[in-house]
Amino acid sequence: MNHAFVEVQQAAKRFPGAKDGDDLTVFENVSFQLEKGEFVCIIGHSGCGKSTIMNALAGLDQFSDGAMVMEGKEIDGPGLERGVVFQNYSLLPWLSALENVRFGVRARWKEWSDAKVTEHSFEYLEMVGLKDVVDRKPAQLSGGMRQRVSIARAFATKPKLLLLDEPFGALDALTRGVIQDELIKIWTRDRQTVFMITHDVDEAILLADRIFLMTNGPEARIAEAVEIDLPRPRQRGEIVKHPHFYAIRNYLVDFLVNRSGELRTADLDRRGLHYPESVNPVGHASTDTPAAPDGKPADTGTSNDTLVAFTPKETHHG
Amino acid sequence: MDRTTTEWNVSLNVRAGILAVLLLALFVGLWEGLNRAPILGGGGELSEYEQLMAGADETASVPPPSAIMVRAWEQLSDPFYDAGPNDKGIGIQLGYSLFRVLTGYFAAALIAIPIGFLIGMSPLAYKALNPFIQVLRPISPLAWMPLALFIIRDAQASAIFVIFICSIWPMLLNTAFGVAGVRQDWVNVARTHELSPLKTAFQVILPAAAPTILTGMRISIGIAWLVIVAAEMLVGGTGIGYYVWNEWNNLDLTSVIFSILLIGVVGMLLDLALGAVAKLVAYQE
Repeated sequence: MNHAFVEVQQAAKRFPGAKDGDDLTVFENVSFQLEKGEFVCIIGHSGCGKSTIMNALAGLDQFSDGAMVMEGKEIDGPGLERGVVFQNYSLLPWLSALENVRFGVRARWKEWSDAKVTEHSFEYLEMVGLKDVVDRKPAQLSGGMRQRVSIARAFATKPKLLLLDEPFGALDALTRGVIQDELIKIWTRDRQTVFMITHDVDEAILLADRIFLMTNGPEARIAEAVEIDLPRPRQRGEIVKHPHFYAIRNYLVDFLVNRSGELRTADLDRRGLHYPESVNPVGHASTDTPAAPDGKPADTGTSNDTLVAFTPKETHHG
Repeated sequence: MDRTTTEWNVSLNVRAGILAVLLLALFVGLWEGLNRAPILGGGGELSEYEQLMAGADETASVPPPSAIMVRAWEQLSDPFYDAGPNDKGIGIQLGYSLFRVLTGYFAAALIAIPIGFLIGMSPLAYKALNPFIQVLRPISPLAWMPLALFIIRDAQASAIFVIFICSIWPMLLNTAFGVAGVRQDWVNVARTHELSPLKTAFQVILPAAAPTILTGMRISIGIAWLVIVAAEMLVGGTGIGYYVWNEWNNLDLTSVIFSILLIGVVGMLLDLALGAVAKLVAYQE
């Protein structure tokens, strides 16, 4: 079978309910694959278990069921090959910006000399535009600057998989845009595999190769994997002019507003392995009803042949 | 409006200082004024009784500030003289007290901080040890004194033990509280960076809990300095507590008041020292 870089199979999260026998199932039978070097965003309403999936990949939480494999090895606990950027930055407040990045770099390369650790850390802080404030403590930095330090810390350790948990959720729109650009810049350079939670449809389109769409919890699942075939490098100002942009955007918004609540795990065959159905919204308008789950795993890797010639079309009913 | 602000354009600290000096002057002045030796017999010779009673009222009065300042000058200009067991300089007495306090205090820190760390990290240890702590903590440190004297059979070591036992609780509880309250986010940072438990303890939990631990240490040193005076009054021999009690037995109230003030000043300096350390480890979230 196809060995993806990261493979999550039939994951579920349940919490014991108040009455016995009535477990609360947050999500059920969630399976997906991440290819190396891919940027994947996951979108869904609050409570669908996005953060649980992310924390499980980070090794900070556990699924009630299911398996996670990265490069053929089961994910069991946190590790340096997976870097995390938390929504609340999670910087150590007694360390300066530079020391916070050094903290990660030092943990990653124990054998490096102090000078080399500092040099490497500084390089990443410079990349996110913070070279003038490296000696400030997090309390003396703005929210946007703190998140940049956090991003620098995560990227500086060069993890194979980067997990971003709504990194821009607490930032204002302007700051968010600037840091998105920096994220693109730094990602373009290192091409790590990124798995990111976001609530922002435009942000997902700007950044992602694929967008996982989750249905509402409880008993959520990943319904579809939307291919974003917009050419890279993408720019915030330019991307909206691309003929595909609104087709994709409308499709995503329609999913979140209308379809995410209708689709439920209960409608699906719970047994068996289902990967999210691969969807290309461009040209999807004619076949907007989700295909009946026939148990056939959608091929996530080779979507190019399903690409429809881009004709900006009206998307389906909204 | 503008004029008043410019007229009073003196920093708050300066104004507070002026007010403090004024209050001190007022207090000392009143004390001095109310304590003037009474003018007796219309300014004539003192009677035999009056001479016997040192020319005083029928009730003895507290010595005036001037007398205390003279005594302070005498004592502080030669603090380390040693003229036998009952006549040592104030510096020597303070030295004994400080030695006992610091020995007992650091011994307590050596035990309280690691155990507090353990209790803070482990809910099991917390639940198991909490009943003991709750019973032992409210015991007045001086209540341990007879037992300590019986077991240790040494007055000096017993005084140190009493300091040890009274300074252990605030440090223990604050350390446990601080460690248990370290934000899970920071612990997660350590976990995602694969830090060993030891490195996590020293690089994340200790710095995160340090301000709380220091608060406990500051409370402890204050309590230890309170208790040493009482402890030395009990065990006798040396120390500032013994000095106070000895001067009371000598009916030398001037020395008693002088040493009371000195106890206050030394206590303040101890607190300032720990306050300075606390500032070093403080951080802003």
